[in-house]
Amino acid sequence: MSILAGKKVIIIGDRDGIPGMAIEECAKSAGAEVVFSSTECFV
Amino acid sequence: MRHGSILRQCCESVRAAGRLLHRFIAINRRESTDRKIYLRKAVNPIMKSVIKGAGYILVHTPDMVLHNGTTQTTERIVNPDGEYLKELPSHLRSFEQTLSYWPNQVYIGNKTPDDLAAVPQPWCDKECDVKERFGHFGQIMPQEEFLLLMQACDVFDLVKLEQGFVDAHRAALAANPIIDESIMARIPEQQTAIDEIERLVKEEHSEGLYHQDKLVGCVNRAHDIDVNLSAHVMHENIVSKASSVLALLSGVKNAGIDKDEVEYVIDCCEEACGDMNQRGGGNFAKATAEIAGLNNATGSDARGFCAGPAHALVEAAALVESGAYKTVAVTAGGCTAKLGMNGKDHVKKGLPILEDMLGGFCVILSANDGVSPEINLEILGRHTVGTGSAPQAVIGSLVTDPLDRAGLKVTDIDKFSPEMQNPDITKPAGAGDVPLANYKMIAALAVKRGDIEKADLGNFPVKHGLTGWAPTQGHIPSGVPYIGFAREDILAGKIKRAMIIGKGSLFLGRMTNLFDGVSFVIQANSGESAESGVSEEEVKGMIAKAMKDFAATLMAQAE
Repeated sequence: MSILAGKKVIIIGDRDGIPGMAIEECAKSAGAEVVFSSTECFV
Repeated sequence: MRHGSILRQCCESVRAAGRLLHRFIAINRRESTDRKIYLRKAVNPIMKSVIKGAGYILVHTPDMVLHNGTTQTTERIVNPDGEYLKELPSHLRSFEQTLSYWPNQVYIGNKTPDDLAAVPQPWCDKECDVKERFGHFGQIMPQEEFLLLMQACDVFDLVKLEQGFVDAHRAALAANPIIDESIMARIPEQQTAIDEIERLVKEEHSEGLYHQDKLVGCVNRAHDIDVNLSAHVMHENIVSKASSVLALLSGVKNAGIDKDEVEYVIDCCEEACGDMNQRGGGNFAKATAEIAGLNNATGSDARGFCAGPAHALVEAAALVESGAYKTVAVTAGGCTAKLGMNGKDHVKKGLPILEDMLGGFCVILSANDGVSPEINLEILGRHTVGTGSAPQAVIGSLVTDPLDRAGLKVTDIDKFSPEMQNPDITKPAGAGDVPLANYKMIAALAVKRGDIEKADLGNFPVKHGLTGWAPTQGHIPSGVPYIGFAREDILAGKIKRAMIIGKGSLFLGRMTNLFDGVSFVIQANSGESAESGVSEEEVKGMIAKAMKDFAATLMAQAE
């Protein structure tokens, strides 16, 4: 069973790495509840 | 039927000859150079624009790190007594330290990206053997000169400076080779007393201007109520404008052209100027051109977050290629908000505050001179609404898709210039080596396409990549830092093609979740120029040939 199943997750994606929306899809598929997701820019 | 056919052919030939005659007559009314360009375009509409020159400048602004960088201003609100703000001042670099910093010397052209790649990282603990403030691309300006330049760029009497401060540094700015008398004349003899500046900051919401942690001036608000004209916004915009002026002057000088030759300016920074009724009305471009003395220029602003410069250059190239304007300058100044953006990580790791530089750049595009490298608008990469945000999809849309359309391989591009952020800044902050990450993805796609072998993956960034050297000023590192070097490398025959890639984080504006990006190719000049356009004699010959063909057709039909 996924370690994320049933968990609430907060996602901060990186525009030069993995965007938030992509992480969001992975987290959802692992059974997590996404409570916040965004992509940020650090450069 | 036979007579009808002859008549149709007769009419067609007369129309063809008429079109040529019409062009010829129109051409005769124009200036000599214009005539050649017009004729060249009349015969062949494709005449690529060329990169005539580029300027790159940095401004050392340590006090603006403390007072205007958003990481610091936010910390001052949420954690005013925290360790970060206490420790920060001791991590600021002196002007001399910024001069001996390797990436800065690359940015202004005293060192090359290849030189930098040969220096082991990190660079912040090493001294560059060149410590000049002037380079052949531009210069590194100290804060005290820049504060005076800000005042010169303010046309609404908003920037107030203390009398003694101006008296102490006026001569230094006047001695700057890029600053002429028209700019110095904008700095009034009569300045402001420090008591009045302190009152303005305390009572009138003015934004303080500091040097060596001492209040030396302020920027006043431009409206009592309108937040778009607040002292904070005016400070940010005047900084952007002043650094853009410096870049624009450097670009024009390096292009070896007269100021009056610039017909259009596009500003592509990430700030917005306007009032409560049109927050981003503009126009930084024309305001900058005014101070720089480009009297024949008009202009407008282009925006696209960090991708702004790449979008602006494509638009500028199209304007020149179409013949709308003969010479276009693309320019941008720096961003105070991003100063010290990753400062918390730098301080935590005992590093200097490396984000203490404002950046600026300018690229001058002109009609084809037959020598300078061309922008090839036939090889454009574009991240579209439907592309998506997955890294593979982004690089595919910007790199491999346009190459596919042009029938080129990834290896046909000698150098790729994506986001050229300095890894010395980004790696300690956990953002990794951004240019390298881009090269890895391009290389992976090249393997997938069969353009390179899997065994060559590791060598791809060395052969086709560059080591990042630009400050994390958003739009400043986005593809454009290499254009000056690309021009030189192509002219020297070291490379034939370079791809400039700009990417933008549109989602930060909360209008869309979309990513953005655009790319274009710079290539060696094909040898065709506006000056090599057809002559009047050739036009006469073409008309004579059309008439002769017409007569021959009539003769053949009559027999």
